[in-house]
Amino acid sequence: MSAGAATAQEISLLRAQLERVQGRRLGAAVLPTLPSLASLLPGGGLRAGAAYTVAPSASLLLALLARPSQEGSWCGVVGMPELGAEAAEQLGVDLSRVVLIPDPGARWLAVTATVADVLPVVAVRPGGRVTPGDVARLSARLRDRGGVLLVQGVWPQAEASIAVDASEWTGVGDGHGFLQRRVLTVSVTSRRQAVPRRARLVLPDETGGLSAVPTAAPVPMRAVG
Amino acid sequence: MRSLVLWFPDWPVTALHRQRGAEGVEEMDAAPLAIVHANTVVACSAGARAEGVRRGQRRRDAQGRCPRLEVVPADDDRDAREFSPVVSRIEQLAPGVQIIRPGLCALRAQGPARFYGGEMEAACEILDVLAESEELPGARAAVADGPFTAEQAARTTTADKPVRIVPERAAAAFLAPLPVTTLQDDGLAHLLSRLGVHTLGAFAALDADLVRDRFGPAGQRLHELAGGADSRPVQPRTPPPELDREVAFEPAVEAAEQVAFGMRIAADEFIAGLGATDLVCTELRVELTGDRGERSDRVWLHPRSFDAASVIDRVRWQLAEDAQNRVLRSGVTLVRLHPEAVDAASAHRPAIFGSGPDERVHHALSRVQAMLGHRGVLTPAVGGGRWLTERQVLVPWGDRGDRAVATERARPWPGSLPPPAPATVFPQPQPVDVVSQTGLVVEVDDRGELSAPPARLTEAGRWREIVSWAGPWTVDERGWDAARARRAHRFQVVDAEQNAWLLVCEGGRWAAEARYD
Repeated sequence: MSAGAATAQEISLLRAQLERVQGRRLGAAVLPTLPSLASLLPGGGLRAGAAYTVAPSASLLLALLARPSQEGSWCGVVGMPELGAEAAEQLGVDLSRVVLIPDPGARWLAVTATVADVLPVVAVRPGGRVTPGDVARLSARLRDRGGVLLVQGVWPQAEASIAVDASEWTGVGDGHGFLQRRVLTVSVTSRRQAVPRRARLVLPDETGGLSAVPTAAPVPMRAVG
Repeated sequence: MRSLVLWFPDWPVTALHRQRGAEGVEEMDAAPLAIVHANTVVACSAGARAEGVRRGQRRRDAQGRCPRLEVVPADDDRDAREFSPVVSRIEQLAPGVQIIRPGLCALRAQGPARFYGGEMEAACEILDVLAESEELPGARAAVADGPFTAEQAARTTTADKPVRIVPERAAAAFLAPLPVTTLQDDGLAHLLSRLGVHTLGAFAALDADLVRDRFGPAGQRLHELAGGADSRPVQPRTPPPELDREVAFEPAVEAAEQVAFGMRIAADEFIAGLGATDLVCTELRVELTGDRGERSDRVWLHPRSFDAASVIDRVRWQLAEDAQNRVLRSGVTLVRLHPEAVDAASAHRPAIFGSGPDERVHHALSRVQAMLGHRGVLTPAVGGGRWLTERQVLVPWGDRGDRAVATERARPWPGSLPPPAPATVFPQPQPVDVVSQTGLVVEVDDRGELSAPPARLTEAGRWREIVSWAGPWTVDERGWDAARARRAHRFQVVDAEQNAWLLVCEGGRWAAEARYD
């Protein structure tokens, strides 16, 4: 075993101890997500009681809400007045389980805390700076209630951050066609995994849903000569 | 038993006018109007009667007689609703009113006759008060033995002589010449006329035992009525409990918080008053009256039932909304709470165990709503339309969604966008600039031709290169309606950062309707 690997092992051991001190349950419940996202997220889903930062892509956020809302969990969206309901429906979000609080104004943090008490999934776009004390209070509340916070913006102590590395639209040409699909490279950085996980997703696809990139079958090489 | 019957001729017409809040009794009577049920005229105004319209006519015949006739469908609820305040007013003059049907009520004559000094005086007094305070000049009254005889007597009165007194024990003689159809039993009337019995007098002369054998108890009762022996006394209604609450502010109060504070006791009393009759309020009507006489009236829903705090919240939200829409421009002088719909309290008891997570969700969201206002918490739904903001229907938490949304959505809407739908829909279109390679603003002419291909998009002060685009897709809506007509061209544009936009060019101005992100 090389010296580097030993150090990495020690670091992960210390991290686990730290988590135990902070009172996080290691075997905490995990909210299911769509399968192509589940493989990216540490733990295979959204961990109850954790906060995630999400890139400013509304369809990525809606894709994260889709599965929990289908399973009957209430989802709250705070501070995003321009969320498209039709896109949400096409992504599979159950709109009857979604609550929008579009303009909380300066009281966004109080509103988020109130809503996080009862709704299992809360997505929020911070309306201002947060102090470490506020973050600690909200995190404690989330851990206590087992809610998931998805933040579109900056959030200290996030469990993982979901970023969009590259995207590419197809369907539109030079004055013809219409938008059909977008191939998105999503990367997830987490303290739990040393290397960011990356995947290419089709979001949205032709029907507005989320699907995996079809992997082209390898072309068999012809023997030459 | 002496009975006093008050009859309001053509009550459905009067009720309609009262509902419309018409002023000037003569004017509204002069306009030809007919209330129609099942293609038959059930009531008509004096103006229509002058043109030859009669009760029982077919609608087509009535319209043939009077082409400018206004035909209104009958509405029993309206008749009853408008009659209720009239009955309350009569109850103030003489207690114990029985509503026979809207437009006709009976009361015991003995008490009022003794109080006002005679049956004639009592009837005249009641009619005078009704004519003055309730603006019901056409009412008629009659006093006789029993409500049936009194009703028939009231129908024989005229506008000049609106009161008729049938003396005691003269009922049989009064009823004798009337036709048997006045009993309002078609089968019996038909049979009697075939037997050669055409008047009530002749029917009353038949042997009571034979009538009972042939027609049973119902026939026996009608036989007694025809003989003037109405055995059934007036059965007065129980006046409904007073559930409304009013708070008057003197002087007028400007601040919403002060109004809310002043409403606290009234809201408690309102809920307690409902609770005393084992009721809870599920729909609440709040009426606000301003210092300059402006009124604001709105019905609020509650998914379960109102408590005092939520009543005050609704008052506060309504004040905020009115201040925003400039409905209420002065201080509030009067607040009135009225239960629009009530339910049995037994159906709304909180369960001891397992009231469920949805209960908690509702509580928390109501709290947020109390913080941010009624439209602070919304539930989304997808509606119908060509524009994305039209397709996005946001219903305040706790309100009933519009049932029309689903049917609107099911319509074809040619010209709406193909999937995938944009995930970001701007509530207000964001103004942008789209210029060509030469830096000139791209324009679309009447034929839908572009002046030049778009090359650069400037949004919020930042410019981006356009790498690919599609359009224009012209949306031409409601050409028949000048106020709501709209003609615009849509484009889908992808910029160099691979952000896709939905742009709208309307009247030479560009705006971003949505972003695909």
